[in-house]
Amino acid sequence: MTASATASTAGWRLKQPSIIPGFGLTLGFSLAYLSLIILIPIAGLLWRTAELGWSGFFAILSDERTIRALYVSFGTAFIAAVINVVFGTLLAWVLTRYRFPGRRLIDAMVDLPFALPTAVAGIAFASLYAPNGWIGSLFMPFRIAFTPIGIVIALIFIGLPFVVRTVQPIMEEIDKEVEEAAATLGANRFQTIFNVLLPGLTPALLTGFALAFARGVGEYGSVIFIAGNIPYVSEIAPLLIVIRLEEFNYAGATAIATIMLLISFAMLLVINLIQAWSRRRYGNV
Amino acid sequence: MSDNRRISFRNPADESFSTKLILVALTLVFLAFFLFLPLVSVFYEAFREGWVTYEEALLEPDAWAAIRLTLIVAAIAVPLNLVFGLAASWAIAKFEFKGKAFLITLIDLPFSISPVISGLVYVLLFGSGSLLGPWLKSYGIEILFAVPGIVLATVFVTFPFVARELIPLMQDQGTGDEEAALSLGASGWQTFWYVTLPNIKWGLLYGVLLCNARAMGEFGAVSVVSGRIRGLTNTMPLHVEILYNEYNMVAAFAVASLLALLALVTLALKTFLELRFGAGAAGGRH
Repeated sequence: MTASATASTAGWRLKQPSIIPGFGLTLGFSLAYLSLIILIPIAGLLWRTAELGWSGFFAILSDERTIRALYVSFGTAFIAAVINVVFGTLLAWVLTRYRFPGRRLIDAMVDLPFALPTAVAGIAFASLYAPNGWIGSLFMPFRIAFTPIGIVIALIFIGLPFVVRTVQPIMEEIDKEVEEAAATLGANRFQTIFNVLLPGLTPALLTGFALAFARGVGEYGSVIFIAGNIPYVSEIAPLLIVIRLEEFNYAGATAIATIMLLISFAMLLVINLIQAWSRRRYGNV
Repeated sequence: MSDNRRISFRNPADESFSTKLILVALTLVFLAFFLFLPLVSVFYEAFREGWVTYEEALLEPDAWAAIRLTLIVAAIAVPLNLVFGLAASWAIAKFEFKGKAFLITLIDLPFSISPVISGLVYVLLFGSGSLLGPWLKSYGIEILFAVPGIVLATVFVTFPFVARELIPLMQDQGTGDEEAALSLGASGWQTFWYVTLPNIKWGLLYGVLLCNARAMGEFGAVSVVSGRIRGLTNTMPLHVEILYNEYNMVAAFAVASLLALLALVTLALKTFLELRFGAGAAGGRH
């Protein structure tokens, strides 16, 4: 930076003046590292896709197996995220409102899916829900593992903490007086919860849903063991990418990856919009 | 009329006892099916043939090599992301500059990318069909199907963890302490070491814990770049997969139980930090 005193009053400036040192160093390092690890490799993926051209890209995407795999991934992730919104909200409610033995332990265990390696979760779920497993045998003529339902089960596990941890802090901040006011005005408990509390929780629920859904779409490790991986039926899109790579079909892998990436970016944008909207509407989330 | 009957007064802004009971019971059943039984089953399956078999499964050379590789990869990936997390949060929290929100979004990017794609991007960058791969190979440098590729994929996947914890924490703390230190004549490094670092140490530890748990447990990204060469490029999660696919259940669950133990220790430390210091809890989603 040159000592241009005239420019200090007006004009475009990258950063506000500050006496704290290290801006150039830390931002420079961060950007360099970000570019090397994340941006350049992703740009490489997009560049490889561009080389396919529109026709090549659409030829891969319109392949029946690709369509089915995307359908399985997005469909199961959607169902799992919906179930997680219901049970995640219930869990957050029970944890913030009720006092019962073991509450602390359960609160801590909610984060297990964040900490447990996905492959470990995968083999545990596969053996539990298999026809001869502890849970699978209970439901027996009806098969859970090695069907799309098994995928949903694994994705419920993966997505649960996203919903609980987004909704819980908002629930903790609810002022009890609001509920009391509703009660004095004649609302029954059911009306209070659905008409008074739920609207305030909606942005957090949507964010939690979007996070769980996005994570579920890309999930690989916990799903492949329980899915059965039958093409057209229970084969998820990330697995199809791996299969294409193993066939050295780089074009196929690249095209599927790009479409998933574009959808993820769109979801990230939606999450940010929801958060911006709820900040304007409800203050802080 | 029985006078000894307690007058039952129910707070109208509260659920009845039976409703509470049903909701808690429902939650517990849900958690049993989706959290507790899977966790218990890992240890049950690992020990079902006794301690000796368990020990043998872990002391077997390939398992040992996988454990060592996992530790090496985490030992490289976590410090790299730790340094990045510190640099990025310093730039973002201590300064106001254009494009900051966009930068934060970019840092979060790996969270919304499928692990398989995180591995794929490096295969495309260093694979046989790329420009870089064959060029590096001519100098004898192997990236793919070797340790550097595994490290890169792990760094990619665990990229945001430390930064994510530190950015909100340092933004909350503002710049007052640092400005005071600087005005008293401290140098930039002194300010960082003696003022900033003590303020953020618990949040930093929290981020490192989560980063490490993910680094040691990463499966999808690593499986794409590793090539799964037994004893050479197999990390613990990959070894679990191989054993499982060979129907060697006891050994698969034995290695898995070590990873589950790592997860439990991580959770315990994390809970302890939250109770004791309210650390990084402000960080929110991971």
